[in-house]
Amino acid sequence: MDHASFVNHAVLLSLILFSIGTLGVFLRRNAITVLMCVELMLNGVNLAFVAFSRQWGTLDGQVLVFFVMVVAAAEASVGLAIIIALHRHKDTLDLDAFDLMKG
Amino acid sequence: MDAALFYFFAAVAVVAAVVVVSQRNPIYSAFALVVTLCSLAAIFGLLGSPFIAAVQVIVYAGAIMVLFLFVLMLLNVRREVDRPGGRDRILAGVGLALVTLLVLQAGTVLLGSRRAPAADFDASTTEMAKILFSPVFLYAFEATAILILAALVGAVVLAKKEL
Amino acid sequence: MTLSPLAQEALVATLTILLVVGTLLGLFSVMTWVERRTLAFMQFRLGPNRAGPFGILQPIADGIKLFFKEEVMPAAADKWAFLAAPVVAVTTALLATAVIPYGPPFTLGRWSVLPEWLRGRTLQIQIADLEVGLLWIFAIAALGVYGVVLAGWAANNKYSLLGGLRSSAQMFSYELALTLSWIGLIMAAGSFRIDDIVAAQAGWFVRWNAIAQFPAFLVYFVAATAEVARIPFDLPEGETEIVAGFHTEYSSMRFALVQMAEYINMITVSVLAANLFLGGWHSGIPWVPETLGGFPLGFVWWGAKVAFVLFVFIWLRGTLPRFRYDQLMHFGWKVLIPVAGVWVMGYSVWIVLGSR
Repeated sequence: MDHASFVNHAVLLSLILFSIGTLGVFLRRNAITVLMCVELMLNGVNLAFVAFSRQWGTLDGQVLVFFVMVVAAAEASVGLAIIIALHRHKDTLDLDAFDLMKG
Repeated sequence: MDAALFYFFAAVAVVAAVVVVSQRNPIYSAFALVVTLCSLAAIFGLLGSPFIAAVQVIVYAGAIMVLFLFVLMLLNVRREVDRPGGRDRILAGVGLALVTLLVLQAGTVLLGSRRAPAADFDASTTEMAKILFSPVFLYAFEATAILILAALVGAVVLAKKEL
Repeated sequence: MTLSPLAQEALVATLTILLVVGTLLGLFSVMTWVERRTLAFMQFRLGPNRAGPFGILQPIADGIKLFFKEEVMPAAADKWAFLAAPVVAVTTALLATAVIPYGPPFTLGRWSVLPEWLRGRTLQIQIADLEVGLLWIFAIAALGVYGVVLAGWAANNKYSLLGGLRSSAQMFSYELALTLSWIGLIMAAGSFRIDDIVAAQAGWFVRWNAIAQFPAFLVYFVAATAEVARIPFDLPEGETEIVAGFHTEYSSMRFALVQMAEYINMITVSVLAANLFLGGWHSGIPWVPETLGGFPLGFVWWGAKVAFVLFVFIWLRGTLPRFRYDQLMHFGWKVLIPVAGVWVMGYSVWIVLGSR
């Protein structure tokens, strides 16, 4: 592992994952699937951090990955709790059905 | 050898990510996301970060996705089959994703540096701990502990039937 | 014919994998017989004694029976998840065995039957010696929940779903206490490698972590029993409670795979207990010689410790009643995790004060 020539390709992979996540957030209507696509985007970002940490030879990127994971865990648990509350209210997970604030 | 393994896991990750986005049954999406997370953990290991690879599996694939699956199974989402919308919406979505990808890649190529990856990279857990508990990151570390506690309490309160 | 170093490494690794996995699968079938005979002895009856002398061919008879049984899949079951669940369970069970050392390092003699590059070489029965060995086991234990969750959900059966959710909740609740108990060992040895933790227990037997870190050992043992869903923590699969829990709908070879995963988990947890807490392959008395006529005695001590821990698991099964589910969750979260946490804090304070 003394010359990771695929670091640039790792950055490209992170961008691809981020774009696929964006596609999912835009297209899907199930609330939990949208949350999963957001997690996919966060993982793309994590991969970019680790790849750049490898390129520069410092560990700051990995520490930031650690924090991103912690925050993602907190956000996923609160998001799922909100979804459970929404489901209890309307018995559906279709995001288009929650339009009370629509003008 | 490392490069071949990287391309293999990258291909698995991309295919599984496409499955996450395209599958109608959200439980299949969840398991595809677990596959993506594990192949990303393998790539982290190949990029010289064994600690982050292990934490990725432990926290993301082993805890967060289990939480997702529990919610999916308890809400019995089998009958909430998703209808991804009309063909125009799909084309617009794919276009948006491609534009995002092109813009970001252009930004990386134009603004990034051309240096070769650094050799002799010591990413052991001891080094991680030295930086994590150094004055640079210590405050953020303690703040995330409080953040997790707040999220824990908040999730329990939000999901309760009666307060 | 001289092999390149890469081919030599690959050959040694392949042979190690075959040896470890083959022994584990063989041990699984022997353990079923041992467990039934021992339980029978404790319950004042005979165990299986028809198939062969002392019933020793019973596992083979069981295997043949399971092989010829009809494979039933419920009509409304989710086909791919139903097929994948036992595979995931066995895969994670076997992956966890990859970083554990099965005995001391030994040096091959200069025997002429070996090829030239293998003579005098020091080997150890360990598939991969990771720097983050214990973290790997933690990660695989976290992934082990998926086999249960998938099996419980795929069968489209309320007993399966309930059993699967309960079983996976139990697994990841006790996983926290399990890994908290390891933190004291990691601090004492200063490394995540299991070899280093075993090496830190060399010398007198009071240095074994079961004595030097006794609360951690208690926490580990209880959490490990719950993690592999053995009695007294086997509510999710107790027959009088919930039919058969998450594996209700499985028959024939798929059921055999689920049983195999469970027993391999139990063996892994016992080997870990012997390595991490009971001193591994050190005899505990410094005067005892390391080898006896070229044969490393470490294997004898290590084997005895593993056998003892397995016997205690069977002993618990024959003796204790099972926990109710709310008692189980209460015990895991409100008793075991605080005890483990307090021990970690106390031990780290002790280390800091001791280094002043």
